[in-house]
Formats: sequence, C-alpha cells, structure tokens
Amino acid sequence: MPRDKVYHSFDTAVADIPDGATIMIDGFGGAGGMPEYLILALRDQGATQLTIIGNTAGLGGTFGTRPKVHYVDPSILVENGQVKNAIASYPFSPSPSRPTIFEKKCLAGEADLELVPQGTLAERIRAGGAGIEGFYTPTGVGTVVEEGKEKRVIGGKECLLELPLRADYALIRAHKADKMGNLVFRGTSRSFNAIMATAAKITIVEVDEIVEPGELDPEALVTPSIYVDRIVKRPEAGG
Amino acid sequence: MKHRLDRQTVAMRVAKEFQDGDVVNLGIGIPTLASNFIPEGRQIIFHTENGALGFGPIAPEGEEDIDLINAGGQFVTRLPGICFFHHADSFAMIRGGHIDITVLGGLQVSEKGDLANWMSPERGVGNIGGAMDLAVGAKKVIVAMDHTTRDGQPKIVKECTYPLTAKGCVDLIVTDLAVIEVTPHGLGLREVAPGWSVEEVQALTEPHLLVAEALRVIEL
Repeated sequence: MPRDKVYHSFDTAVADIPDGATIMIDGFGGAGGMPEYLILALRDQGATQLTIIGNTAGLGGTFGTRPKVHYVDPSILVENGQVKNAIASYPFSPSPSRPTIFEKKCLAGEADLELVPQGTLAERIRAGGAGIEGFYTPTGVGTVVEEGKEKRVIGGKECLLELPLRADYALIRAHKADKMGNLVFRGTSRSFNAIMATAAKITIVEVDEIVEPGELDPEALVTPSIYVDRIVKRPEAGG
Repeated sequence: MKHRLDRQTVAMRVAKEFQDGDVVNLGIGIPTLASNFIPEGRQIIFHTENGALGFGPIAPEGEEDIDLINAGGQFVTRLPGICFFHHADSFAMIRGGHIDITVLGGLQVSEKGDLANWMSPERGVGNIGGAMDLAVGAKKVIVAMDHTTRDGQPKIVKECTYPLTAKGCVDLIVTDLAVIEVTPHGLGLREVAPGWSVEEVQALTEPHLLVAEALRVIEL
C-alpha cells in the first residue's frame, strides 16, 4: 500500500520547511496557477532565509489587466522578511511607479537576485528534474546573462552553458489530483507548475479537487504521481 | 509638429506582415494591439509564453477566466483547437524555431539588428521575461516602437547603449514614422509615414538609411 499523500491542512503540509530552504513556487504572474493557501501557510510557518525560484518573486497585484483579481503571491513572503534570494525572470513591476516589494528589498540590498531569461529558467528546472547536468542555449549570448558562463560554438551558433535548478520543496497548484498524486491542470495555469513538480525533493500540491485513483483519464494526465509527495485540497470557493 | 502614426496604426501596419497560418507571439504594448488587425481571410495562430497555442480574442467583460491569460496578463478566450502546455514545452517551441513571427517592443535597435528592450538604464532594473528567448528563437523578429524617445532622441542607433536583449536578431522595425528592414548591407527604408520625407526620417535615425527603390508611403 503506497503511503498516504493527502494532507488535511496546509499548515501540516508545510510544517517541516526549514530556514534556508530553496523553494520553487509557480505563478506565471496572474491569479491562475498560484498555490495561494500554501504560500499563506508558509508565511504563518515563518521559515526564513529562503531562496525562491519562480517566474516572479511576487508581483503583488502589479501585473495584468482589468478586472483586477485579488490573489496571494510570494510577495507576502518577501514582505514578511522570509526571502533572502530569488532566481526569477520577471521579478520587477511592469509599472516603474509601482515597484514590487522584492524590487524595493533588492535595491536596498536586503535581497539578492539572479535574473534568468524565462525559457532558460524553464529549461534549467526541467533539466533539474530530468537529471541533466547542463545544456547549451543561444539565449543570452552577447547580453548580461553570459557573464561568468562557459561559451561554446555549436553548429556555428554561439551558446551558453546553463546549469540545472533543483529545490528542496516545490509549492505548486493543480486543478485535480487523484489520491496517488497524478495531476491535471487548467488552461494556462499549468505553466511552471508541471515542471517544478519534477525538480524538488518534496513537491506539495494544492488542488481544487481530490479524486480516487482511476477517476482521471490516464491518457490525459499531465503530471505522473511519482513527482508528487503531498496533496492538499483548497477550501470550496467562498468557504 | 508633424503628425506621427498612433499606436493603433503602427499595430495595424505590423499585422499586415502576418501571413495565413503563421504562428505568432506578441509582446506587451503595441505588439499586443496587432491581434486586433488581422488582415481579412488570414488565420493566425497565437502563441503565448505561459503555455497556450491558438487562443482567441480578449475575453468579454464578465467572462474572464483566471486560468486563461496571455503573457501580458490579459484575459483571453478559447478557440476550437486551442492547446495548453507547460513552460519548458512553450520555450522549446520558441527556441526550437517553431514560432514564425514574434513582435516585440524596443528601447533601441542597432543598424546590425541588435535589440535592447528589457531594461532602461534610468530605472536601473528590468525584467528579461521571455524576450531573450523570443529574440533568438523566432523565425522572424519584428520590433514595433516609437521612432524616437520622449525627448526626441533616435531609438534606431549605430550601437545600442542600453543592455542588449540579443545580437543581430531584428528583421523588421515598424515605427510611428517608418518601416525599416534590417539587411546584411544596413538598414533599408521601405516605407515612410504619410507627410514625412526621407530626409526628415533620416534626421531622426542615427545610422544611414538605404532608401528602397520602391519606397512607399505606409499603407494600411
């Protein structure tokens, strides 16, 4: 009998995250795909000196168009002084007059940033999950991204060596899980969630619905159960 | 002051470049507007970095879905045949040369087609986002931008002084004054805005422009 992956509270699901942990958190930028309850639980849990790997470091409502949808993102962890470092592609507000909290901390020297092109970020995470110890990409050649990296001409094209990213925990958001941990997503909320699930020692997923094994179409599953360690169901909408 | 093209008109001119069946990725700003001006009879398949191909127009009020946005955070809609995928697949499409056209904004473009569009030195910080991957990966890179900065300085320059997005990546520049092609011999001026002379456009452009034999007024 495989171990039970279903947790009944978000607090218990994140309880063992230690100070100094590296955490992948998805959320391309908008409300969709954000593990909101896991982020809230991590804030309450209080682990500090965290490294966040994600597309953003929390945009705090500065991204997107109307209607504005209120949602929780990693900016609450930054605001709470829990984040010392971020590896991200889009950590700054799209609007210079409304800087993100991470931007303020970064400029004040209270947080560090490794700025990564989005495709390189995605592929480094994929590589981390897939046991690939590096890859060469033309992205970033001739830019600040190439600083300190091995450069090599392959097939007549200048490329940079990029190394994998791995995390202690991934906090991800999916639509449905079965009790074994097989996942399906909804629309553009799959984004980084499906790759981050593969690249962490412990992957914790927040879902709308948990079903029995066999209820999800195995031909249409996106994340196989092997990548998922803990599953927590979100409260019903309005609940 | 002479009349320059407005943002909508620049977007309309950009959209004329889209051929039937093209897979197109649009950056934030003027590029996004181009989706409103698809030439009649052409079907364009839109790609977005956050993992969708073949999405439809902006969602009507009240029908927004948080699980269906484009890379600019706009709520879009489903069309028959839409598909979703994760970020690594999305950028495999981009880097792998499966995107026909990307339209990006620009802060500076050099005469060799270098693009700087992710950080203005005045702000001191910037988001790279998907721009570097799109610039190196798409088959054709179109930059849609104003011809000059707010204080009238050329944005088309001999060498970019802002941090680069990618070297030698730009194929076509569409501005509020001109359509300019990046060629191995230099920048080719193909079209000018109505009422503007070649000399006037040249005066606001740092590198020398090679005037196309078939120079035209921008047609929409």
